[in-house]
Amino acid sequence: MHSKTLRELADGLDSGQFSSEELTRHFLARINEHNPTVNAYITVMEEQAIAQAKAADARRANGKASVLDGIPLAHKDIFCTAGVRTSCASKMLDNFIAPYNATIVEKIAHAGMVTLGKTNMDEFAMGSSNETSWYGPVRNPWNTDCVPGGSSGGSAAAVAAGLAPASTGTDTGGSIRQPAALCNLTGLKPTYGLVSRYGMIAFASSLDQAGPMTRTAEDSALLLQAMAGFDEKDSTSLKRDIPDYSATLNDSLEGKVIGVPKEFFAEGLSDEIATKVRDALAEFEKQGAILKEISLPHSHLSIPCYYVIAPAEASTNLSRYDGVRYGHRCENPQDLADLYTRTREEGFGDEVKRRILVGTYALSAGFYDAYYRKAQRIRRLIKQDFIEAFKEVDIIAGPTSPNPAFGIGEKVNDPLTMYLEDMYTIAVNLAGIPGLSIPAGLVDGKPVGLQLIGKDFCEAELLNAAHRFQLVTDWHQQTPAAFA
Amino acid sequence: MAVGPSEIEKIAHLARIRIAPDQIDEVASRLSDILGMVDQMQAVDTSSVAPMANPHDATQRLRPDAVTEPNQRDTFMAIAPQTEDGLFLVPKVIE
Repeated sequence: MHSKTLRELADGLDSGQFSSEELTRHFLARINEHNPTVNAYITVMEEQAIAQAKAADARRANGKASVLDGIPLAHKDIFCTAGVRTSCASKMLDNFIAPYNATIVEKIAHAGMVTLGKTNMDEFAMGSSNETSWYGPVRNPWNTDCVPGGSSGGSAAAVAAGLAPASTGTDTGGSIRQPAALCNLTGLKPTYGLVSRYGMIAFASSLDQAGPMTRTAEDSALLLQAMAGFDEKDSTSLKRDIPDYSATLNDSLEGKVIGVPKEFFAEGLSDEIATKVRDALAEFEKQGAILKEISLPHSHLSIPCYYVIAPAEASTNLSRYDGVRYGHRCENPQDLADLYTRTREEGFGDEVKRRILVGTYALSAGFYDAYYRKAQRIRRLIKQDFIEAFKEVDIIAGPTSPNPAFGIGEKVNDPLTMYLEDMYTIAVNLAGIPGLSIPAGLVDGKPVGLQLIGKDFCEAELLNAAHRFQLVTDWHQQTPAAFA
Repeated sequence: MAVGPSEIEKIAHLARIRIAPDQIDEVASRLSDILGMVDQMQAVDTSSVAPMANPHDATQRLRPDAVTEPNQRDTFMAIAPQTEDGLFLVPKVIE
């Protein structure tokens, strides 16, 4: 049961092959057995999960079940869950019991899905390896000496190890797509504004988006359908008609033009990944798509631009953690200044502090124009690159990540090298457009991701291309032998 | 741009984060590395480019100025480190 897709699980529930309670207990047992190795979950919600499963079984018995009803999933621990610890993998929020639900938690519960628990992540979603978590690193099920990627590393490892059939993640600079690539999953970062950010703990508000992490594009369409939509409670949520993402999965790719940016195959990309990605692109050609080399001339500026904008927004967002209203508070504060500064010294990890300091610097008097304003201008150039490219192509494709999963501890003391892991994903967040990573092969037993990038609100087009690819390849069906 | 220990102390104060004295040099060196990388931006002439704050150039949506939320004071205060009579407690600010 634990290697089935959402679609297959829905069919199994429909035909009475198993109940939601049986399915849920199966995943809880696997979590019990394997989580000590993988460390994918911070909190397991056993009691609530079984209660939700029983309710789903009752709905199904009454003939009232919707497609995802009774299927379990895991939420990244960045989404507020009422009555359940929501830590963002930080000591700062280790004691934080969320008083309300995030909109996507509500929507997914409304679809009848069962929440197994809250997954591990990089602290406040700042990282590309899941090593900055207060709760310890997550191990990649494909090679437990390696990282699963980040920041949604626990969400990726949980699905890859068969500890959940799907999960939610968030992506500020690649945090859904890069771990999906490193763990052999289909991970979608939707268009900015498509999925509500209400109740999702903020990192960089103009970049953050939530999205589904699944085994297949077909499942991604199902879960996105449950997550997407306008939300009054999120002031950046956009009013759009939401298409039926499953309806167009099988559409022909004949004549579709796929742009391949030459900058995505330049210095920094590992040779093995380049080969796998080119092989994958050839599969699209066989289906009638046309490959066209394009240029995104400002893409080399996406990391510098991001490492001003994201820390600047983070330094503002994280100023709310002051030890007064919730979360960690230092012992015996001498005065108010001591309360603030020691609470924040103790509550935040090194990488989070580093980004708050960089952001504070970039926003400080005398440096605002040279850093923050400058980065916002560069951001427009990066968006403009995509607008120009999409005049000639329907989809852009390339690698998700320049390297396969690397060793735990290998890059953690070298932030600049770590930042390069997101060199192909960050521009997509800056431009606000959708990006999808799908499995494209294995290198030395480690998964490789192919990234598909679309125009604003063209998720259906990306899922269609990904599904067609998955009909003729079986990379997405591979699972790590140690967790069979 | 390289930042030295005195600038780190100033930034740390603005960010209200205590940095242990023996870590200041290390933090300065890391921050200088990051700012050095970020400085690649300065090579590009952006004088004719408007800043972009939102990827859709969207502005914040306004709602009618009406009371919509119920009073949840007790719920929110239940998770606070220290409270008394519906107030958050902090160390004495004025002697």
